[in-house]
Amino acid sequence: MAAAPESAGTGKGLIGWIDQRFPLTKLWKEQVSEYYAPKNFNIWYYFGVLSLVVLVNQLVTGIFLTMSYKPSAAEAFASVEYIMRDVEWGWLIRYMHSTGASAFFIVVYLHMFRALLYGSARKPRELLWIFGVLIYVLLMAEAFMGYVLPWGNMSYWGAQVIVSLFSSLPVIGATLVEWIRGDYNIADPTLNRFFALHVAALPLALIFLVVAHLMALHEVGSNNPDGIDIHKYQDAKGHPLDGVPFHPYYTVKDSVGIAAFLLIFAAVIFFAPNFFGLFLESNNFEPANPLQTPPDITPVWYFTPFYAMLRAVPSAFGTQVWGVLVMGGAIVVLFFVPWLDKSPVRSIRYKGPIYKIMLALFSVSFIILAVCGMNPPSGIYPLLARVCTAIYFAFFLLMPWYTKIDSVKPVPERVTGHA
Amino acid sequence: MSDEVEEVDHSRRRLLTAATVGTGVIGAAFAAIPFLASWKPSTRAKALGAPVEVDASKLEAGQMLKVVWRGQAVFVVRRVKAAVDQLGGHDAMLADPASIDSTQPDYIKASGAARARNPEYWVGLAVCTHLGCSPLGAFAPNDSFQVVGADLGANWPGGFYCPCHGSKYDLSGRVFKSMPAPKNLAVPPYAIGANSRIVIGVDDAPKTVS
Repeated sequence: MAAAPESAGTGKGLIGWIDQRFPLTKLWKEQVSEYYAPKNFNIWYYFGVLSLVVLVNQLVTGIFLTMSYKPSAAEAFASVEYIMRDVEWGWLIRYMHSTGASAFFIVVYLHMFRALLYGSARKPRELLWIFGVLIYVLLMAEAFMGYVLPWGNMSYWGAQVIVSLFSSLPVIGATLVEWIRGDYNIADPTLNRFFALHVAALPLALIFLVVAHLMALHEVGSNNPDGIDIHKYQDAKGHPLDGVPFHPYYTVKDSVGIAAFLLIFAAVIFFAPNFFGLFLESNNFEPANPLQTPPDITPVWYFTPFYAMLRAVPSAFGTQVWGVLVMGGAIVVLFFVPWLDKSPVRSIRYKGPIYKIMLALFSVSFIILAVCGMNPPSGIYPLLARVCTAIYFAFFLLMPWYTKIDSVKPVPERVTGHA
Repeated sequence: MSDEVEEVDHSRRRLLTAATVGTGVIGAAFAAIPFLASWKPSTRAKALGAPVEVDASKLEAGQMLKVVWRGQAVFVVRRVKAAVDQLGGHDAMLADPASIDSTQPDYIKASGAARARNPEYWVGLAVCTHLGCSPLGAFAPNDSFQVVGADLGANWPGGFYCPCHGSKYDLSGRVFKSMPAPKNLAVPPYAIGANSRIVIGVDDAPKTVS
């Protein structure tokens, strides 16, 4: 018998047969049963696995929705109503998908906040963070195009506003917008191509990035609430003393978190699927009408902080590109977080008061921006949006200075907690 | 095979590799053209974007008509004479009174405050230059927009108001100062033929056979 490659398994039976041809046991051990995660994970560490759960929910319900949905301007709105009324359990599948979209952003925002709390973006996890921000950017594109598909009036005018953003770019703007729309206005070709991107291109890219995100995580190892390296102290076998195998310890722990999440998720689906107009907006229950703008165009809640920034910046020099640049900058600045934080410690547990105050101000500003974006730009809101936009950028752009002068507490050698 | 290790000409190998990669990249770029170009407006979309004719003589003074041209709403307003006469009176309140930075055919720009081929009829895109919402029209100082929270002020001379972000325009679609919208409402190419027949989408009125 020809010598099997060294890495191939030597086991017997079906698993042995597979292992000689595919690294099944090897992968399972490396990625799950012998992947050592820090033993001091707290509640913030649920949101990574929860985003995976929501991704699977979106993929499964999305596939079933495409079976009844018609991606044409003439039929889209009616086909969504058909799913809601005539398709058996169609309402459940659609509400799982629409609630899943909002749930996705809730868990992803909390997941990102966790990284800011414990310095999870810091060296050696820069690329892990960058993959994460790329996932977030794609997720926004995916959510935007998904929102257009029901072809309600808010879908239509939301698409109009967002696609028009590109027209503010100098020189190429007008041509670019016509190219994106495939018509002289948001129309049937636009809907059709957004459908293709929403159900095929972007999910493929998302899955690819999620795999890259997890590979990067398992290469460098998970961070933890103390922000220290658990590989410094190892047992005789070379396993970190402060680590536990992902399976069974965290598979079991995560299943409790998933159950708690699903409880809330199901409650929203069954009792408040529109979530008081936040998850599904009332203006979108009337068909798209190119001649009638809704009284107030507001994006879905997860975009409103950035929408508020867009509106906070006035036009100048005959162009409104500045607001677009500020909004884009708010996303781009996220990519640089690993290098902006100059503190000698990772975790907020050992950082000084300045970082704590800045992070608190940033979080409050982000929520106020979200509220500003949901309300018409009059009264107190434009001023609030401007102040909060300034705080948002100050948090990131001043980080190299305030993290340097901030006091720090001594970092423990081993992870803390009663575990 | 000979055991002798032949001298490998690495620079030659690098050149060939670079040439192969270069050719491949150029080929891939050309192959991408059909896919990128497939996103441009199709022949059907272009055909549906043909000029639109409006019989404006049916409008009473002070009335407005919305027609669809290329999927966009176009305003056709028959302005009352008093409104036309006061158009030049509030240039100081406007962001771009002479429409220098705005989008319109040259013959509209040359027409000054009226921004029209015939001052009686104003034609313009019903697309706010801020983010593409559709403005509302109110053509008299006392006209109400019935928009909650829209305070147009006592000196409102009449014109257009965008309900999305509060941009105000005058009766020629010229934007007021300090509004979210940077430019005046765009004016499409149009021509006025016999009997106030307005053709939107062309610069010259079609020849009528007499």
